[in-house]
Amino acid sequence: MQEIVDQLAATIRAAAASNAPLCIRSGGTKDFYGQQDKGRDGARGSILDPTAYAGIVDYEPTELVVTARAGTPLMQLETELNARGQMLAFEPPHFGIGATLGGCIATGLSGPRRASAGAARDFVLGVRMLDGKGDDLSFGGQVMKNVAGYDIPRLMAGSLGTLGLLLEVSLKVLPLPAEERTLRLSMNEAEAIETMNRWAGKPLPVSATCFCDGELTVRLSGATSAVRAARAVLGGEEIAESSSFWKSIREQAHPFFRSGKQLWRLSIKSTTVPLSLPGKQLIEWGGAVRWLSVDPEMDNETVEALVRKTAKDAGGHATLFRSQIPAAAVFHPLPPVMMNIHRRLKEKFDPMRIFNPGRLYPEL
Amino acid sequence: MNRMNNALELVKKLRTFLPAESVLHETEDVRPYECDGLSAYRQTPMIVVLPRTEDEVAGILKVCHALKIPVVARGAGTGLSGGALPHPQGVLLSLAKLKNILGIDPAGRTARVQPGVRNLAISEAAAPYGLYYAPDPSSQIACSIGGNVAENSGGVHCLKYGLTVHNILKLRVLTIEGEILEIGGSGLDAPGYDLLALMTGSEGMLGIVTEVTVKLTPRPEKAQVVLAAFDDIRDAGNAVANVIGAGIIPAGMEMMDKITTGAVEEYVHAGYNIEAAAILLCESDGAEEEVAEEIERINEIMRQSGATEVRTSRDEAERVRFWAGRKAAFPAAGRVSPDYYCMDGTIPRKNLASVLAGIEALSAEYGLRCMNVFHAGDGNLHPLILYDANHPGELELTEEFGAKILRMCIEAGGTITGEHGVGIEKINQMCSQFKTGELEMFHAVKAAFDPESLLNPGKAIPTLRRCAEQGAMHVHRGKEKFPELPRF
Repeated sequence: MQEIVDQLAATIRAAAASNAPLCIRSGGTKDFYGQQDKGRDGARGSILDPTAYAGIVDYEPTELVVTARAGTPLMQLETELNARGQMLAFEPPHFGIGATLGGCIATGLSGPRRASAGAARDFVLGVRMLDGKGDDLSFGGQVMKNVAGYDIPRLMAGSLGTLGLLLEVSLKVLPLPAEERTLRLSMNEAEAIETMNRWAGKPLPVSATCFCDGELTVRLSGATSAVRAARAVLGGEEIAESSSFWKSIREQAHPFFRSGKQLWRLSIKSTTVPLSLPGKQLIEWGGAVRWLSVDPEMDNETVEALVRKTAKDAGGHATLFRSQIPAAAVFHPLPPVMMNIHRRLKEKFDPMRIFNPGRLYPEL
Repeated sequence: MNRMNNALELVKKLRTFLPAESVLHETEDVRPYECDGLSAYRQTPMIVVLPRTEDEVAGILKVCHALKIPVVARGAGTGLSGGALPHPQGVLLSLAKLKNILGIDPAGRTARVQPGVRNLAISEAAAPYGLYYAPDPSSQIACSIGGNVAENSGGVHCLKYGLTVHNILKLRVLTIEGEILEIGGSGLDAPGYDLLALMTGSEGMLGIVTEVTVKLTPRPEKAQVVLAAFDDIRDAGNAVANVIGAGIIPAGMEMMDKITTGAVEEYVHAGYNIEAAAILLCESDGAEEEVAEEIERINEIMRQSGATEVRTSRDEAERVRFWAGRKAAFPAAGRVSPDYYCMDGTIPRKNLASVLAGIEALSAEYGLRCMNVFHAGDGNLHPLILYDANHPGELELTEEFGAKILRMCIEAGGTITGEHGVGIEKINQMCSQFKTGELEMFHAVKAAFDPESLLNPGKAIPTLRRCAEQGAMHVHRGKEKFPELPRF
């Protein structure tokens, strides 16, 4: 396995020496995510593929920690955990069969369980990575609590490969819930937002929420007795096809996600009242995420201005998650002081700016 | 310019916008700030400033930045690693006067607070809404939220409820230039790099936190604790693994060894079995039915794991009494010994028995007693080395003993600090845990925020020269063992 690392490091050093950008890519399941054509000179660069660096390095269920190589298929990792009664509690979306652990952490995306269990970054304990000079570095570790050095492992989560190539990731894992049930209640959007927030303020085992088309769907997870007790309190109808429903939300296979031309994601204060925006909405994460599928006939610039302002006013930010306009700005613009820090961090990790240039922001 | 002139010029500049009582420079006024909770290290600062507003903090930073004067931030001063140890030519920036709770949003389950607010005060303010702030470091009655952010503090409940980094949403931070950075947001994530994670645990070296928005958690309906005694510490360790292996994430899981239970029992009469080699406290919280179910399973696992005695708290008073002993471990150490030195290594739990055996051997070698308190759920060990500072040389021996424990933690695949921070105390051990390139990257991260290294300089990340001088051996993840630091 070390020869693969040596090979990857050599490729990085060569790219740095010739100032040639690299596009980090394994399964390519998240190709759609991030800035599309803002690479250097509009080019993403040659592919740096860590898929071969795969496999679980260390997994002891009673330690609640798994360490795996970045090329490990996400599906394989989840199957191994499942066999031992455990899971990645942030319920990561795969967006395709080739999804790997590296891409999962680099994009930092989390699924329906995020509001109750935490995000991908919350479960990252350690990373081994190659920086822009090809140096093999390890940060964090395989233990739950570790404050030695700055938290570079969590910084890597969601950095879209712009700071380095992930080699190995250590994650905290959690036991699978003994019981899961999904309920559905009819109500309007304002009631749903109020209801989700009220539930979140009580000690209830709510592990996922979704509001769409006048229906609030809620998943309960935990000890059998707790789920049963909550089931009685919350009311609604229990639905049978529970796991396929949540999978369709996580993987964006639900018809909502395919209904428009542009898919926006607004991450905002959970109690924000219904947003008045053009298009159709789906709400997740207890109200903290509002998906917006935009009408095909709307002008993107007008929509963008409105969506960004709405998200900002609600204490959050907006991402153009899926789009058919390659040049569109994807991530929320950063204030100048913030961008300066980003630029300087990028410079430290990747001095020649070879890793995924422009994928996160054109400046990086 | 000498220190005296520097101080006078600075005082003059600061008093143009700060009242006289907010700028201290007389020796008797700055003396109380000479150390934090780690009193073995002392240094009087050049001056102490006590701003009352974010604007005043920004003004102070601008002046210090212009004059290139180091700034060391301090919250309640309860830190255990010397992170707030003053700089002799620097300003000690106390944030104690920024102590307002700016707002509680019960529906959104957040609290917006200034950095000087005490950890426990947040939970007290949130209590009327059935909410609380989950991270509960032992010093929560006194420690400030700003300090918690700087250290990424944990507590006995963090296996289930997370550390500081998992429980904050947003920070207002002043850069050394005095510019405001808003990090995080009111939603569950923010655009760009995860600077919220980077700031948390950064020991005041990247920026000065002036406001924190924390997540509030619903107070569980019920909590109950199981107290189990074991006549072999390995059985206790296995019991912990068995509980987790059974799919239970306890609200708290704490272990104490025999010397600890003996010391605390005499002091608080918690009802511990003082003949046991180790005792375990395992708490369950949640809905009424859930706790009943979980407690029954925990009881069974403890018995199957070889517990000689298993008791369950029958009511809230008994639960509090069972915990009282654990919470009194540090004061009890203070009662049985003139001084004690608290370590903070974290290890993979499976290595607990061998690390404890190693500590016992070192204890015999150094002729110093050591009490072991252990956040068993997350592998965070707190060996308390008992010593007497009045015996010449004993502090040095204690530090050497402590350094060997930390070395053992790294070799066991763990870390030198789980929750207390590196500060000045464990800076040499950083050379053992990290390789040159990794230390260089830490310095680079600091430089991205603070290019002139004015914020808490000399803490947390050792210079490569320092590592080379002490000839530290890198023992990363227990796999490699070779001195590989460049010589200067």
